[in-house]
Amino acid sequence: MRRPAGRPGALGLGISTLWLSLIVLLPLAAVVVRSTDGGLDTFWNAVSSRQAVSALRFTVEVSLLSTLINAFSGTLIAWVLVRDEFRGKRIVNALIDLPFALPTIVAGLTLLALYGPTSPVGINAAFTQTAVLMALLFVTLPFVIRSVQPVLIELDKEMEEAAVSLGASSPAVFRRIILPNLVPAILSGAALAFARAIGEFGSIVLLSGNIPFQTQVASVFIFKNIESDNPIGAAAVAVVLMLISLVILVGIRALGRWGARHDR
Amino acid sequence: MTVSRPWRVSLRVAALGYLALLLLIPICVVFYRTFEHGVGAVFDSVTTPQAVSAFWLTITVTAIAVPLNTIFGVLCALALARGRFRGKAILNAIIDLPFAISPVVVGLALILVCGAGGWLDGLPFQVIFSVPGIVFATIFISVPFVVREVTPVLMEVGDEQEQAAATLGASRWQAFWRITLPSIRWGVAYGIVLSVARCIGEFGAVSVVSGKISGETITLTLLVEQRFQNFDLAGAYAASALLAVIALGTLLAMTRINPRRDDA
Repeated sequence: MRRPAGRPGALGLGISTLWLSLIVLLPLAAVVVRSTDGGLDTFWNAVSSRQAVSALRFTVEVSLLSTLINAFSGTLIAWVLVRDEFRGKRIVNALIDLPFALPTIVAGLTLLALYGPTSPVGINAAFTQTAVLMALLFVTLPFVIRSVQPVLIELDKEMEEAAVSLGASSPAVFRRIILPNLVPAILSGAALAFARAIGEFGSIVLLSGNIPFQTQVASVFIFKNIESDNPIGAAAVAVVLMLISLVILVGIRALGRWGARHDR
Repeated sequence: MTVSRPWRVSLRVAALGYLALLLLIPICVVFYRTFEHGVGAVFDSVTTPQAVSAFWLTITVTAIAVPLNTIFGVLCALALARGRFRGKAILNAIIDLPFAISPVVVGLALILVCGAGGWLDGLPFQVIFSVPGIVFATIFISVPFVVREVTPVLMEVGDEQEQAAATLGASRWQAFWRITLPSIRWGVAYGIVLSVARCIGEFGAVSVVSGKISGETITLTLLVEQRFQNFDLAGAYAASALLAVIALGTLLAMTRINPRRDDA
């Protein structure tokens, strides 16, 4: 008997697996395996050098800070987009995705135009840690908003109305009813934003000035190591970055399961 | 939520103010800076031989990467949505990897595989510091988009119609072309738009493997960086504006074909 039409045969699955193995897995495996080409000592020395540690630390710190700020402002913006009415709301809503559509190098140049040496408002934040933070805020802006928005739209208004009729104030309604329902969405959006932030390169490269121990982030550190013909050292730091990403990916999946349970 | 008017207005102002400072005003400044010396200068700047070659390289790379990833994406989405096999969770996780890996690490991975002393160092054509490297890097970073857009659509439409077609004697190809593909076309289109935007805008991964040979391996995003570093700020702005226009076009296309709105 013929198999049901449209079902992927072993062929489709086979092609998919082969494609992913060749394009994604083989290169990433090369990073992991070859990071220890010079022996474990070389790996450890590369990862624990003062400059590498400082770059990794700054990357994690500034990513956490940007994630925190965007978790807060993203929730606020999502609320305004869902529950408020004003002219031009649809345009604002479409604009939210701009950081996803705009090339990262253009994002960096854009921020530099307003907040750099040629700033028309006289603010020069170029080559500072603040500049790195702003670049990360820009590129990770959509994550929390796009994750909170659908949940807020689905949220049952009757609960809030009941609370108000029982005398709850607006802040109390927000804290006791809206926020607890949004927490899984905020967290998963924030996790995605954080994962994006620790690997970010294009928007930072022009803005940071790459000053070691100050504004050097891990991705730029890796880039500089490749340029100075030290790919093995670069791979060691890359493995640490990948480990952080992996932990976050696993965390997001756990969050998703938790959120799904929460829904029921 | 019944929020008093002053509260509502101040929240709105805070949200829109944040968006203006981070997104809107910087973009406007870039466009102002681009066109402050007139449209003619911008036109000359984006039609220099270097700019034209960068433009065509970007288009060529995108035209190779996107169709390949679209075919893979549909096959893989079919396998994920319809197939039952062991290791599905792992396959799912691998597809998300390109989202979580820093672009610089992607470039590094390709150098470690195809560069001097790499695992595939004997390929008959040069990969690193050459166009094939740029193509591989671009394919890597755009792997997830079509899969991620098409899988939920396939899950939602179900396979009853395909099974009906099969019982009526349709071959698998007929069922795919006449039933499956039409029902997922908006999801595919949305995934393609996202892929195209990402491919055109990719900077980090391409930057590592390109070698930046003027007129040969410089893409549009690399041209922005190169001009910026050569103190040709006006030229960098002009190339950025071109990329920003492409991004705005992407946004427009996204709002037009958002598959989630299609069934509403």
